Amino acid sequence: MAEGEVSVLIGGKAGEGISSAGQIIAHLLGQLGYRVHMYFDYPSLIKGGHNFAIIRGAQGKIGAVRSRVDLILALDQETLRVHEPRLNDHGVVVYNTDAARYPSGIGIPIRSILAAEQAPAVMGNSAILGAFVRAAGIEWPLAEKVFTKSFRKGTGQNLRIARRAYEASEERLRVTARGGPGIPAFTGNEAMGIGLIEAGLGVYLSYPMSPTLNLLHFLAAHADEVGIRAIQPESEIAVILAALGCAYAGTRAAVGTSGGGFSLMVEALGLAGMAELPIVIVLGQRAGPSTGLATYTAQADLGFAIHAGHGEFPRLVLAPGDAEEGRIWIRAAMDLAWKYQLPALFLPDRIICEGMYSLDPAETMNHMADPVMAGSDDHPYLRYALTDSGISPLRFPPVKGEVIRVNSHAHDTDGITTEEPGVTRAMAEKRKRKLLGLAKEIEGMHPVNVAGDPDAATGVLCWGSNKGICAELGEGLGLRVIQPVALWPFPEESFAKAMAGVERFFGVETNETGQLARLVRQFGYRADGMVLKYDGRPFMVDELEQELVRVMA
Amino acid sequence: MKGIDLISHAKNTWCPGCGNFAVQHTLKDLLAQMDGEGLPLEKVVLVAGIGQHGKIFDFLNLNGFYSLHGRTIPVATGIRLANPDLTVICVTGDGDSYAEGLDHLIFAAKRNLDITVLVHDNRVYGLTTGQFTPTSPYGYRGHSTPGGEKEVPLNPMELMLASGASFIGRGYTGRRDELKRLIREALLHRGFSFVDILQICATYNDLTGYYNERVYTWSDEDAGDRQSAYRKAREWDYSTDARIGLGVMYRHTAPTFEDAYPVPGEMTPGERDGWVARIMSERS
Repeated sequence: MAEGEVSVLIGGKAGEGISSAGQIIAHLLGQLGYRVHMYFDYPSLIKGGHNFAIIRGAQGKIGAVRSRVDLILALDQETLRVHEPRLNDHGVVVYNTDAARYPSGIGIPIRSILAAEQAPAVMGNSAILGAFVRAAGIEWPLAEKVFTKSFRKGTGQNLRIARRAYEASEERLRVTARGGPGIPAFTGNEAMGIGLIEAGLGVYLSYPMSPTLNLLHFLAAHADEVGIRAIQPESEIAVILAALGCAYAGTRAAVGTSGGGFSLMVEALGLAGMAELPIVIVLGQRAGPSTGLATYTAQADLGFAIHAGHGEFPRLVLAPGDAEEGRIWIRAAMDLAWKYQLPALFLPDRIICEGMYSLDPAETMNHMADPVMAGSDDHPYLRYALTDSGISPLRFPPVKGEVIRVNSHAHDTDGITTEEPGVTRAMAEKRKRKLLGLAKEIEGMHPVNVAGDPDAATGVLCWGSNKGICAELGEGLGLRVIQPVALWPFPEESFAKAMAGVERFFGVETNETGQLARLVRQFGYRADGMVLKYDGRPFMVDELEQELVRVMA
Repeated sequence: MKGIDLISHAKNTWCPGCGNFAVQHTLKDLLAQMDGEGLPLEKVVLVAGIGQHGKIFDFLNLNGFYSLHGRTIPVATGIRLANPDLTVICVTGDGDSYAEGLDHLIFAAKRNLDITVLVHDNRVYGLTTGQFTPTSPYGYRGHSTPGGEKEVPLNPMELMLASGASFIGRGYTGRRDELKRLIREALLHRGFSFVDILQICATYNDLTGYYNERVYTWSDEDAGDRQSAYRKAREWDYSTDARIGLGVMYRHTAPTFEDAYPVPGEMTPGERDGWVARIMSERS
C-alpha cells in the first residue's frame, strides 16, 4: 500500500452491480476518514461485458486513481485475467469461487451464500462487499452502518448476505481509520444536481445521454421532495427550447447532455444569446467525434463550447475540476446566467460526471449575483431597454397593461423585429457590454486555481478532471499547477496572476490538440510541451507522473 | 378593449391580399372580445415560428416569443411548465410545423399539452419565394421543383388524430366568422388544440377559387366520435379533388400534460439548506 492510502478494484459483468458496490466501498473509505476518488469503467451495453471500478482512498484531496491496487474483488475470472497485473506486492484477491479461481486469494462461495438467503444473483455484490470488509480489516459495525444507508432495497437480506461473506472471509490487511469525521462521497452528477437545487432550479430537462444520465436520474428521484420538475422531452432540440420557454416565463431551468446532444442544441444556443434568455447547459464531455466512445471520457469540447453557434453573442463557459466545484460553480453559473441573461455552459468531463469524490459540505462560494428586475412603475416596460451595463431589467408575464416580447430576430427595445442599422448596432453593443461586465465579475470569483507548489517556476496547465491528479503530482514534483475554472469570458487578470513567475509550463489535457493550451495562446502564453491522452481513459497517477517527467526533461 | 388597440406600431409587410391578414384580424378581434370574458390579454402569450406567418408577432401588441423555424411548440411547453396560468397560442406555418418541427407537433398532441396551435397553412413557402411544403398539392411547380413536385402531401388532420390531439379543427381565411368561432373553441378547449387554417398565398399559391368552390361546414354533432373524425379527415387528402370540410373535426376530454406535472410548491432558502444538510448527512 502507498503510504496512508488504499486502492481497491472491483470487477465483474455489466448488470452485477459493480458501480453501486464501488460507490459503497467509496462511502466506507469516506467514513474511515479517507478522501476518495472512484473511477468506473464500463462498455456501452446493459448485460455482460466487463465492468470495473477502482476506488482509491488517500489523505489529501484526490481526483484520480493509481494503476496499481491493493485489493482486487473479482466477481469473475475475466477481472483477474485483465487486472491481476495491477496487484501490488502483498496485494489481496477476493474472488467468487463460482466464477473465478485464484489459489492465494480469499474464495467466497457466493452462489451458496445467496441460496442460503434465497436471494437473487444481483445481490452477489453484497457478498463480495462483506468479504472485502473482513479482508481489509474494517470493523463490522461501521460497515453495517454504511451498508444500511446504501442498500436501496432489501436492506435486511443484503446485510445478512454481507455478514455471511464476512464470516467466510479472513483479515489480510488493516485499512485503518484516519481519524476525524467521515467525509461524504458523491458523484459529480449528484454534486451538480445538489448545486442546481441550491441555485433555485425549477425545471430540469434532458434527453437521456451518457455521461449526464445520472444527473437526470438524481433530479428525477428528488424532484418531489425539493419541489422541482425533471422532464424528458422528445429530443435535445425540444429540451433546450422548453428551457428557454421557462426562462421567458421566469422559471430557472437547466438542461443536461453530451456533445452529440449539444450539437442539436446549438441553433437554440444562438436564440438564447439573441433573445437574452438565461439557461444552464450541462455539457458532459465524452469521447467523440460523433458517437465516439459513448461511455468513455474526453476533454475535447472546449473549443466547441466557446465557439458554438452562428453570429456573435455573449456566453459563459465554466469547467469544474471535481465534484465540489461541480456543486459550487454550477450555482454560480445559474446566478450569472440570470444576472446577465445569457446561456451558461457547464463542462464537466465524464470522469467528473460519473466518478466519485469526497465532498466537503462546508465548501461554498460567497458570491451573490442577483437578476436585475424592473420596478412596477417602469411603464411602458421595454424588455430590451438600453442600459450602461447592457442588462435590461426583467419582468415576466402576466403583467397587466404591459407587453413582454422576446425575439430571435434583431429587435428594438420593445422586442419588435428591426432591420434598421442603428438599432442593430446598439443592440449588439448592449449584448457586448454584458460580456464585459460578466468578465469583470468573474475576476472577483477566484476563477483560476493554483495548486502544487505555488512559487514554482515550472507550471502545469490543466482543466476539468485533471485538476486533482495534477495537484497531487505538482506537490510531489514541485510544480505550480494552474487550473482555470472560468474559460469564457477568459479571466485574463486572474490567469496572469496565476502565471506570474512561471518560466515554462506544460499542458495536461484529455484531448488530441491541447484545446486549453490553444486558448491561452490567444492571450500570449505558449506551452513548452504537452501531455495529451485521447483513448477515452483518464490519466492514472503513476502514468502521468512518468509522462510529465519525460516531457519536462 | 377593441381589436384595433391590439395593432402594434410595427409596419405591416405582408403582400396585399395575403391570407395572414385574415388570421391577424380574426385573432385580434377575438382576443379583444375574450379580454372582457375572463381571458385577460396579459395572460395571452403568442409563440411564433419563422415564415410570413411569424410576422404576426410584430404586428400584434401581445406578449410573445418569436422563436426559430419549426420551434414554437417546445417553447410553448416550457412556458406552460413555468406558468400554466398563461394561455399560449402557437402561430406557425405549414413549413414551420409540418416540416422542420413536425416531431414537436406530434409529441405535443401525444402529451395533450394545453396549448392552441394555429397553422397558417398556405401550402407554400412564401418568405423563401415559393417552394413546395409538406401540404402542397402533388405536382406543385415552384423554383425548387420546376418539373412539378413528386411527393404526395401530408394530411395533417389524419396525422393529428393518430397522434392523440384532443381538439382538431380546420378553418379557412375566406370564412372569417367561422374561423373566429373555431379559434375561440380551440382556446377554450382544455388540452391540445390544433387548427389547420387554409389560407391563400396571394403571390405564390392563390387557391381562393379552388377553396370557395369546395368548402363546407362539418356538423359538430359527431365531433366526439373518432370513427366519424377519421372519415372526415380522409375526405380530402390535400391533393386530389374533393369537398373540404371546415369546423371542429374531433374533440374529446383527456388528462393534460400540465395535470401530470403541476407546478410544485417552492422551497424557501432555509428549507433548501436543510435538504442539502440532510443529503450530506445521509452519506456520513
